[in-house]
Amino acid sequence: MDALLHQMFSGLANGCIYGSVALALVMIYQATHHINFAQGEMATFSTFIAWALMQAGWPYWVAFFATVAISFLGGLLVQRIILRPVEKAPVLTNVIVFIGLLVIFNSLAGWIFEHTIKAFPSPFPQKSVLATKFFTSHDVGSAAVMLCVLGLLYAFFRFTPIGLAMRAAAQNPDSARLVGIRVSWMLAVGWGLAAAIGAVAGMMVAPIVYLDPNMMSGILLYGFAAALLGGIDNPGGAVVGGFIVGVLENLLGAYVIGTELKLSVALVLIVGILTLKPDGLFGKQVVTRV
Amino acid sequence: MKFTVSKLAAVALAAATFGAPALAQKKYDPGASDKEVKIGGMSPYSGPASAYGAIGKAISAYFAKVNDDGGVNGRKLNFISLDDGYNPAKAVEHARKLVEEDEVLIVFNPLGTPSNSAIHKYMNQKKVPHLFLATGATKWGDPKNFPWTMGWQPAYQSEAKIFAAHILDTKPNAKIAVLFQNDDYGKDYLKGFEDGLGAKAASMIVSKISYEVTDPTVDSQMLSLKNSGADTFFNITTPKFAAQAIKKAAEIGWKPTHYLNSVSASVGSVMTPAGLENGVGIYTASYLKDPTDPQFQKGKEWDDWLAWMKKYQPSGDLKDVNNVYGYTVAQGLVQVLKQAGDNLTRENIMKQAASLDLTLPMLLPGVNVKTGPDDFFPIEREMLARFNGKTWELLGKVYGR
Amino acid sequence: MTPPRRSKAYWIAIALAAVALLVLPFLVKNYRVFQFNLVLIYAIAVLGLNILTGFNGQISLGHGAFYAIGAYAAAVLMDRAGMPYWATLPVAGLLCFALGYLMGFPALRLGGHYLALATFALALAVPQLLKYKKIEGLTGGVQGIVLAKPEPPFTFRFLDQPFNADRWLYFFTLAVAALMFVLAWNLLRGRIGRALIAIRDHPIAATAMGINLPVFKSMAFGVSAAFTGVAGALGAICVAFVSPDSFTVFLSITFLVGVVVGGLASIPGAIFGAIFIQFVPNIAGDISKSAPWAIYGIFLIGLMYAMPTGVMGMLGKLRGRWRPGAAPASSKG
Repeated sequence: MDALLHQMFSGLANGCIYGSVALALVMIYQATHHINFAQGEMATFSTFIAWALMQAGWPYWVAFFATVAISFLGGLLVQRIILRPVEKAPVLTNVIVFIGLLVIFNSLAGWIFEHTIKAFPSPFPQKSVLATKFFTSHDVGSAAVMLCVLGLLYAFFRFTPIGLAMRAAAQNPDSARLVGIRVSWMLAVGWGLAAAIGAVAGMMVAPIVYLDPNMMSGILLYGFAAALLGGIDNPGGAVVGGFIVGVLENLLGAYVIGTELKLSVALVLIVGILTLKPDGLFGKQVVTRV
Repeated sequence: MKFTVSKLAAVALAAATFGAPALAQKKYDPGASDKEVKIGGMSPYSGPASAYGAIGKAISAYFAKVNDDGGVNGRKLNFISLDDGYNPAKAVEHARKLVEEDEVLIVFNPLGTPSNSAIHKYMNQKKVPHLFLATGATKWGDPKNFPWTMGWQPAYQSEAKIFAAHILDTKPNAKIAVLFQNDDYGKDYLKGFEDGLGAKAASMIVSKISYEVTDPTVDSQMLSLKNSGADTFFNITTPKFAAQAIKKAAEIGWKPTHYLNSVSASVGSVMTPAGLENGVGIYTASYLKDPTDPQFQKGKEWDDWLAWMKKYQPSGDLKDVNNVYGYTVAQGLVQVLKQAGDNLTRENIMKQAASLDLTLPMLLPGVNVKTGPDDFFPIEREMLARFNGKTWELLGKVYGR
Repeated sequence: MTPPRRSKAYWIAIALAAVALLVLPFLVKNYRVFQFNLVLIYAIAVLGLNILTGFNGQISLGHGAFYAIGAYAAAVLMDRAGMPYWATLPVAGLLCFALGYLMGFPALRLGGHYLALATFALALAVPQLLKYKKIEGLTGGVQGIVLAKPEPPFTFRFLDQPFNADRWLYFFTLAVAALMFVLAWNLLRGRIGRALIAIRDHPIAATAMGINLPVFKSMAFGVSAAFTGVAGALGAICVAFVSPDSFTVFLSITFLVGVVVGGLASIPGAIFGAIFIQFVPNIAGDISKSAPWAIYGIFLIGLMYAMPTGVMGMLGKLRGRWRPGAAPASSKG
């Protein structure tokens, strides 16, 4: 029983990681209706920037918020400069541009920061009242951070005018323009926010998995699965999806099928769930007029 | 047949030339000339194994030094190193480019078992020296079937046998857990380990669990291994996962007798990120001097290495043992070229590679480089070492032939 | 809409191109011939994906899986069952058709991003399955399978170059590619092609018109997978080595890049796509030692700016502008 609980909590901790990446993906989707394949690499790059700042002597939380701000700006600029020209192009053209961004960020990270792994500090002290034998204080801390981000996102979309404008711009750009919303800038803000969330995700993940240019490649897929499982337009769903994927993967590997096939089985299960609920567990059913 | 007399004379002349001392004769195969020797190489500069790209960079940096010092026998070394991204199909393409288009003399230190497996047959068909591979798979030391391929570092299976022997010596009733990477490298180590334990393997190994390179963490695996009740742990992981495993073991309060494979024994890239205090007591096997070991940070060998790093690789990590590996294997090739003299045919290169008997400055004392016509394993000796919180303390006994 | 009358110049150009293709392998060294072989193979694979994604609108991020299955089918049959290499192609094609057709079923329920995830999952699962130890005896496990390159059935010298294994493979691959392209053209220009495009653009209207959506969509998946499977088998023969590491997720993404670069819903576009994915990484590597993939990414994005509808889309636009007496230019210009 102990072992089972341990695996579950470890799965929840992993789920936190997947959930935070899923949040960033959902953010971009809500703003632009595209899935950004470069999200993982952008998050890694942001984490490298944070690492570099800390190496230069900046204290953790200063570097943290500076990185979030830099990432926001970076994401905004990426949308303005690189994505603007293909805004009106077909979906797949955008997908290819995302793939281009993915390889560029990955390659740049390797070139500037080298490929050897680096330790990234955790802001949550090792020995604290929160840590138990099942999870470390970092696990609790990063879960708390993620829930905070989730709460802020929810509040942003629901209660602020900009949030409302962004949702409108994504759902119906033409009508939104008629009402006076600057759709193009809404996309840019959406990208900036997604990059910022990605940076937070990266900084929470790095202390566990270590920082190197390929840090997010494995995680992105799980984040993708988590986002879709929970419903691509539902931030809360993304977080729940993350937890489900994390626990499922751990339990499958430890008790059901062994680690050699757990990835395949987990994915088959997720696809199975999606065939039963094609819009994700918590997604909105999109009904189109004929 | 016309011109028979001239033909006979030509043959006689050729025979006389053959008999003449090789020093007077310059013989070149494609890639060699009076001015330079073209050497081809492949490394994963991108992709999942990109951390090992540092080796390729170190080799280039060492060749740069050799060239500045006048080259080998007056010839500059032209190192053409391509990025295969750890993808075997790309490795095949690059091997063909190096051999057929760039016309290199030797293909040197390609990295990774999959890439080398893909080009193994081709290199031997084309009769191009496939030297000093950067992988420890046992199949590279097979002169009868693959006379053009030669490994370099101690084979994974022999290293695993050293650990197995140590366990049988010191803890014959141990309950062993194994974590291994689910690929050629991981499975090769595992096989050697099980062979080394012999008949007792089945009873001693209580749990063996694998992970994929694409897994984000090995936390779940570590939990399962702890729960198996094992008191000994053989850790067959690459650097990133090794650091994770060491850290996790400490976090969940599991303190087995821990054996770490030499691939991940770097103080700079593994032990430090994992937390130095978490690594105390871990065993590994080494054949290279770890650059963080204070006992080696003096003497001419150290000064030479440090000076080289500062001048030719100023951005290189002084704590990364990959830089020692690259330095040493490059010196091995330089030795082969020196021995070949002016006879730079591929056949002679293999002959010289198969008659090495030397020590190199950054190898551990007692470890040598020795090859023979049926011994295609240059380095076979290793020493067990134990981590003391700062560096690897050598335990003195040298294993291997 | 009648196709324009092809002028004599057009046919002469086609004839010249054909001659050039036949003479090409003798003008260059072995290594280049090997690269051309890879281009032909990737062209078949990209064409397969284009049938599904370009013509039928179903996005697949998992065609690398079908390529891998085709490659392994060929390898296992050649190595373990001693089958001659040319006989493995139809088997690989049929096997992948069956698997693709099966894949069509969940695809019916999933659309857009969800289908992308499902196919992405397939691309990730296949290498793991190939490594599975229970079937190691068949697949060679992590070590993979080393194959022997097929020898040409006869040799001769032409333009001072021998007709060796690589050149034989070139003609073999060229013949197979020509056959596959003709098959695709035949399939897509008739009723089936129109049905697929109708399903892509207006699925509900298509159903209302009597097109059996599930059958056509699954068929599209099956045919698409079969094409890529045959390409995989050819790839295994050409490279003479298969291992799970050869077929990562990046391969699937590369095929998608090939489809978009060449031009969606275009058969000749597959060739341009294949040329791009084969040669541009090498060119990028020549330009920059330290960050080659960054250069590749820049090329990719630049190409998307210049030609958002792919090479064939661009060529179509140019042709529309320059042809004398053509139909009035559309508002998109």
